[in-house]
Amino acid sequence: MNHIDLPSLAPLLPEIILALFAIVLLMAGAFSDEEATPTISIMAIVGIIGAIVAICLTTPGQTTFDGAYIVDGFARYLKILALIGAAISILMTIGFARHQAFGRFEYPVLILLSAVGMMLMISANDMIGVYLGLELQSLAIYCAVAINRDSTRSTEAGLKYFVLGALSSGMLLYGITLIYGFTGATIFPDIARVLSDGDASLGVIFGLVFVMAGLAFKVSAVPFHMWTPDVYEGAPSPVTAFLAAAPKVAAMALFTRVVFSAFEPISTDWQQIVIFLSIMSMVLGAFAAIGQTNIKRLMAYSSIGHMGYALVGLAAGSPEGVTGVVVYMTIYMITTLGTFACILGMRRADEGMVEDISDLAGLVRTKPWMAAAFTLLLFSLAGIPPLVGFFAKFYVFLAAVKADLIPLAIIGVLSSAVSAFYYLRVIKIMMFDDPRDRFEPMAGELRTVLAVAGAFSLLFFLVWTPILSAATAAAQSFF
Amino acid sequence: MIDISHYLTVSAILFVIGVFGIFLNRKNVIVILMSVELILLAVNINFVAFSAELNDLVGQVFALFVLTVAAAEAAIGLAILVAFFRNRGSIAVEDIDTLKG
Repeated sequence: MNHIDLPSLAPLLPEIILALFAIVLLMAGAFSDEEATPTISIMAIVGIIGAIVAICLTTPGQTTFDGAYIVDGFARYLKILALIGAAISILMTIGFARHQAFGRFEYPVLILLSAVGMMLMISANDMIGVYLGLELQSLAIYCAVAINRDSTRSTEAGLKYFVLGALSSGMLLYGITLIYGFTGATIFPDIARVLSDGDASLGVIFGLVFVMAGLAFKVSAVPFHMWTPDVYEGAPSPVTAFLAAAPKVAAMALFTRVVFSAFEPISTDWQQIVIFLSIMSMVLGAFAAIGQTNIKRLMAYSSIGHMGYALVGLAAGSPEGVTGVVVYMTIYMITTLGTFACILGMRRADEGMVEDISDLAGLVRTKPWMAAAFTLLLFSLAGIPPLVGFFAKFYVFLAAVKADLIPLAIIGVLSSAVSAFYYLRVIKIMMFDDPRDRFEPMAGELRTVLAVAGAFSLLFFLVWTPILSAATAAAQSFF
Repeated sequence: MIDISHYLTVSAILFVIGVFGIFLNRKNVIVILMSVELILLAVNINFVAFSAELNDLVGQVFALFVLTVAAAEAAIGLAILVAFFRNRGSIAVEDIDTLKG
C-alpha cells in the first residue's frame, strides 16, 4: 500500500473557513424561521471578516496541491477586495430587507459560496482550479439572481444568465481541452514553459481564443455582454449590487492571472484580443447607455464600459498596466457599491421600489445629502477630476501610452468623454428637474455605505499611498 | 486506423451542433439544456482523446470533474426553469421576453 502525502491545507484556510460558515449557516437557516435571516446575514459577514483575517495571516509565495493553488501578493490583495465587496453587499441587503420583502436566508449563504468560488478563481494556478472556481461562483450567482422565485422578471433573468453562462463555460472548457492537448499541461507555469520553447501551434491559438471568450463573458466585455443589461434589470436590486461588484473583481483577477502566467510567452497574440475586447466594450458602454431609462440598465452599460477601461491596462502587458488594472478594480468596486446604495434607497411609500431615472427628478430639493453623494459618485464614474475615478482612468491610460498603445488610449479618452454625457444627464435630472415625491428614509446601513463611498471619491488622497503601494506590490507577483 | 484527428473531428462537430442548438433553437428551453450537455460531452471526448494520446492521466481526471459539475449545472438549470414555468406558464423560447435586451 503506497503512502500518499496529503497536500498542505494551510494556504486554503480562508476558503475552508468560509465554506464551513456557509454549510453551518445553511443548516441553521433550514431549521429556524424567517426571523433568523438578519442573524444569518450578520454571521455571514463575521465569516467573511474571519476569512479576511486568515488571508492577512497567510504568507505570500506558497503553492499547494502540486502547484495547482497559489497564494501570492496579487491573490491576497484581490481576495481581500472581493471579500470586502461581498461583505458590503450582504450589509446593504440587511438594510434593504428591513423595509422590503427580501427575507430569504439562502441569500447570504449563496453569497458565501460564491465568495469561496471567487477566492478559488483568484488563487487558481491550474486549469482545473480555474474551471471549478468559476463554476462554484457562477452556479451560486445563477441561484441568487433567480431568488425571487415568485417574480417573472427575477426567474427570467436567472434563466437567461444560466443559459449564456453555461455556454460560456462550455467555450472556456473547449479552449482548455485544446490547450491541454497541444501543450500537454494544465498547470500555468508548465503551459508557459511549453509555449516559450517554440512557436505556438494553431491549436494553442484556437484554445487561447476560446478561453478568452469564456473569460470575457465573465467580465461582460463586448461582444460577450448580451446578458448584462437583462440580468442587472431583472435581478433583485441587492443581487445586482453584488453582481456588479465582487464577481467582476474576481473575474478580472482570473483574466489577468491566466494571460500573465499561462500565456505570457505568446503575449502578442493575446494582446490583440484584449485590445479588441477593450475598444468594443468602451465604445458600446459609452453609446448604448445614452438611451436608457432604467437606472439598473444604465449601470449595466456603465459596467461594460468600465471593464473596457480596466482591459486597457491589461492590454499594456506591463507591470504598470497590471497595477492600473488592480487600482481600477478597487476604485470601480467602491464607487459601484456606493451607487447601488443610492439605487437601493430609491423607495417611495406608495410605489415601493422605483428604478426609473426620471424618479430621481429634483432629488436635490427633497434629499440634498443623498443627491450630493450620488452626484459625487456619478462624477467619479465619469472620470472627472479631481475625483477618484479620474485617477483610475489616468493610471490605465498612462500604462497604455507607455506601452506604445496610443490609439487605444485616445479611443479610451474619447469614449470616456461620450460616457460623461449620460452620467451628466442623471445629474441634470437630479439637480434641475421638478421634484417628484420624496423617497422614504434610507436604512442606516445603506446610508453608511453611501457616505463612505462618497467620501472616498472625494477624499481618496488620504488613503491613496497605501492603496497604490499595495497594488504595485500585487502587480509585482507576475514579473 | 482511428487516430486522434477522428476523435477531434467528432468532438468539434458535437460542439458546433451544441452551440447552434442554443442560438438557432426557437422552440423550447429544454432543447437549450440538452445543447449545453452536448457541448460538455464534446469537451469530455476531447479530454479523454488527448489524455490517451499524451499518455497523461490529468485529462481523464478533468473529464470526471466536468461530468460532476455538469450534473450540478443541469440540476440548477432545471430548478430555475421550473421556477420560471410556474410564473410564466410556458417554457417556449419566445416567451422569455419580459426583459428587452
